[in-house]
Amino acid sequence: MSGPALHLAVELDGDGSHPAAWRRAAHSPDQLLTPRRVAGLATVAENAGFTLITLDDGVLPPGAAPDPVGRIGAMERAAFVAASTSTIGIAPVVPVTYAEPFHVSSQLASLDHISAGRAGWVVTEEESPEAARVWGRPPVADADARVRESRDGIEVVRSLWDSWEDDAVIRSVATSRYLDRDRLHYIDFTGETYAVKGPAIVPRPPQGQLVVLGRPDQVPAGQLDVALIAGRDPVAIATAAASAGTPRVFAEVEVALDTPDATGAERVADLARYASWTDRGRLRHVGSADGLVAALDGLSRHVDGVRLHPLVLDEDLPLLSRLVLPALSERRLVARPLPGTSLRSTLGLARPANRFAAAAVLEETR
Amino acid sequence: MTRTDPLDVPRPHAQLHFGVFFQGVNHWTIWSAPDSGSQIDPASFRRVAQTAERGLFDAFFLGEGLRLREVDGRIHDLDVAGRPDAITQLAALAAVTRRIGLVSTSNSTFNEPADLARRLSGLDLLSEGRAGWNVVTTDNAWTGANFRRGGYLDHADRYRRAEEFLTVARTLWDGWDDQAVATSVHAPAWSVPGAVRRVRHRGAQFDVDLTPTLPRSAQGHPVIFQAGDSGEGRDFAARNADVIFSAHGNDFDDALGFADDIRARLRAAGRPEDDLRILPGTEIIIGATEEEAQEKKRWIRLQQVTPATALGIAGLLWGIDLSDRDADGPLPADDPVVAENDGSFGARRIADQRAVVAEWRAKAEAHGWSLRETVIALGPQRGHVGTPSGLADKFAHFVRHGAIDGFNVTPYLIPDGLDDIVDLLVPELQERGVYRTEYTGTTLRENLGLREPLTQRSARDRRQAG
Ligand SMILES: Cc1cc2nc3c(=O)[nH]c(=O)nc-3n(C[C@H](O)[C@H](O)[C@H](O)COP(=O)(O)O)c2cc1C
Repeated sequence: MSGPALHLAVELDGDGSHPAAWRRAAHSPDQLLTPRRVAGLATVAENAGFTLITLDDGVLPPGAAPDPVGRIGAMERAAFVAASTSTIGIAPVVPVTYAEPFHVSSQLASLDHISAGRAGWVVTEEESPEAARVWGRPPVADADARVRESRDGIEVVRSLWDSWEDDAVIRSVATSRYLDRDRLHYIDFTGETYAVKGPAIVPRPPQGQLVVLGRPDQVPAGQLDVALIAGRDPVAIATAAASAGTPRVFAEVEVALDTPDATGAERVADLARYASWTDRGRLRHVGSADGLVAALDGLSRHVDGVRLHPLVLDEDLPLLSRLVLPALSERRLVARPLPGTSLRSTLGLARPANRFAAAAVLEETR
Repeated sequence: MTRTDPLDVPRPHAQLHFGVFFQGVNHWTIWSAPDSGSQIDPASFRRVAQTAERGLFDAFFLGEGLRLREVDGRIHDLDVAGRPDAITQLAALAAVTRRIGLVSTSNSTFNEPADLARRLSGLDLLSEGRAGWNVVTTDNAWTGANFRRGGYLDHADRYRRAEEFLTVARTLWDGWDDQAVATSVHAPAWSVPGAVRRVRHRGAQFDVDLTPTLPRSAQGHPVIFQAGDSGEGRDFAARNADVIFSAHGNDFDDALGFADDIRARLRAAGRPEDDLRILPGTEIIIGATEEEAQEKKRWIRLQQVTPATALGIAGLLWGIDLSDRDADGPLPADDPVVAENDGSFGARRIADQRAVVAEWRAKAEAHGWSLRETVIALGPQRGHVGTPSGLADKFAHFVRHGAIDGFNVTPYLIPDGLDDIVDLLVPELQERGVYRTEYTGTTLRENLGLREPLTQRSARDRRQAG
């Protein structure tokens, strides 16, 4: 693949990936859910040269007392951030276990318009049965059923993105027509639990299709652009990467860096007094910035990118920005996204042909 | 120029409030002019919102339609279409505006309350108290085909669901006390114990059980708009809304009649008469002279009512497909066909088609009008036309007599269509003392001069009584 060896993404939800991260934050708790905070973090990530930020979400509170129980929805944060940044990719987490795929498709397409083609979508699942009550629907209880909901949801969302051809707006003054209705398509999706007619109410996203990221054990590989894979060590990651079957693979890596005031281990130990750092089976780097640079260098042989989950955003993100990304950049392992470039092109992914347009051309030439 | 003594009127100190409606569908938005901009480029939205903010508007307003419009089973191709999701677009605008309200039209039939309440709440926090929600129920049958739930609710059920939807949303917005979040990282817990409450609601429409995830914003709750016109719609507004986006703003008597009706319904609902703002949707066409304004109106109408659009509008009235007729020729000789209303866009309820057609025929004959000219003269009408000072006098009269509280203006051109209003009309209104010279608050609720949210008032009253 051309381009840099490694793309770096960073997850920016809350105060960091540790449930008690708020206790080491540089701001008071009541400043978490503010526009200043949301835009500020994204700006730091953009200035650092990250390829992508992801924003976690779910309909239930992000944690339980005594830890944060509040969170602004990822789609709203993503749109806000898109208008306050200019080059970085932005991917909100949006589960479709219960959500309406028609709305999700409209929202994500809008995000791609707002960001001029910098949008992605991290597909996750609403696992808790409590989420069903929030949505007022019977629980999608077992893993297979959740996979089915994600699969059908993604199919609908992606079909709707193609339901307007790129040039559907013709503005034909001579015939008084704004749209060419032959370039708009009903998707006529019928799944096991619901049906969606289409076409979309939002024109095709600038990228054609947004970059879709997700876990290969939750989403069929054919529906993903980027697999998010986990493994406790480089060997496990290499194995998972080799079998992902997706155009791009990103490894999940949790980081707790040494700061001038405390080592990464000391910081983890400090927060352990309150809660344990949730074990998600991911590679964890606790230590120096140099060590992380070396570890990422090593991973670049197996994966196309890494998504970093900092222990405490206010402590780790500045170090990533000041020490880690510059060192990787010097080694030509990473490159900041070019202005005016879509997330797809930054990742070296082609702009997909429109499934309906392709079908229409076949029809004509038959 | 004659001006009434400003004190010799029912509301001498009334202020006019403006919203701008970036409509994005239907024939009022001109797409054929060289300066017709994109309907989807974020720059268009930013340009309109920032112009409105320069003009000290209260609100930037987005509509919603959850299915592309169709006529006779085919996608309607004559008008602008293809809009961004409202809340998503508004969350982006929150980052590039400071004072203007951001109002989303969002449907209560094809959303779930916990999800929508959370999205609106997020917009309210990101804009620091500038969010509004125009509660609509969808008056057509075919939208359901895009959703899991499918189907369609009849009129009464739609409003029943909307009302309970709003009740749930408000309960969620009240789920966190003010100052529910700790102010120090050394606090024992992130949230103040007991300040975040679980919400259990079991009603005819919704059965939810959850802990809301967001604090109140600077304005307490998003401001509630309502745009239904039926008796149920008006009562719903009188019980629940802060602002009505009405269709009664062209004619003074019609506007006053509507406002009096709403005031009566407010009294019946136990609310003060000044508890709600009425902002009719309108179009404003400005010229340096009256003749120039009329000239401009004629040009605008010709762009809006293209030959095909004229045939489309006449086709709805006649109940038959007229798309192959000549718009510049005489009216069709056919008798109108009174069709069953299947609820789709193509089947508007037109009171008495035969009588209207007879009236069109008589007037067209008397004036020698073509079909297109007839549609322009007698078809759907809206808006105010005049000079900046003439319009300012007229609007001052409307607002001081309690016929309106302002307008929700739809620009006929995107993105520059507000410029004349902001640059020419606003100064005239300011000179007459009916328009602010600076924002009076930082939240939408404050700028509209509204009281605190209804549920918080009743909670306070209960506390005081007990
Ligand atoms: C001025 C005006 C603007 C409206 N805008 C929208 C809109 O953007 N989206 C929508 O779904 N309904 C819209 N409506 C429809 C109403 O909100 C309502 O659902 C519909 O009129 C049916 O209610 P009713 O029978 O009480 O009038 C609008 C109505 C009016 C009067």
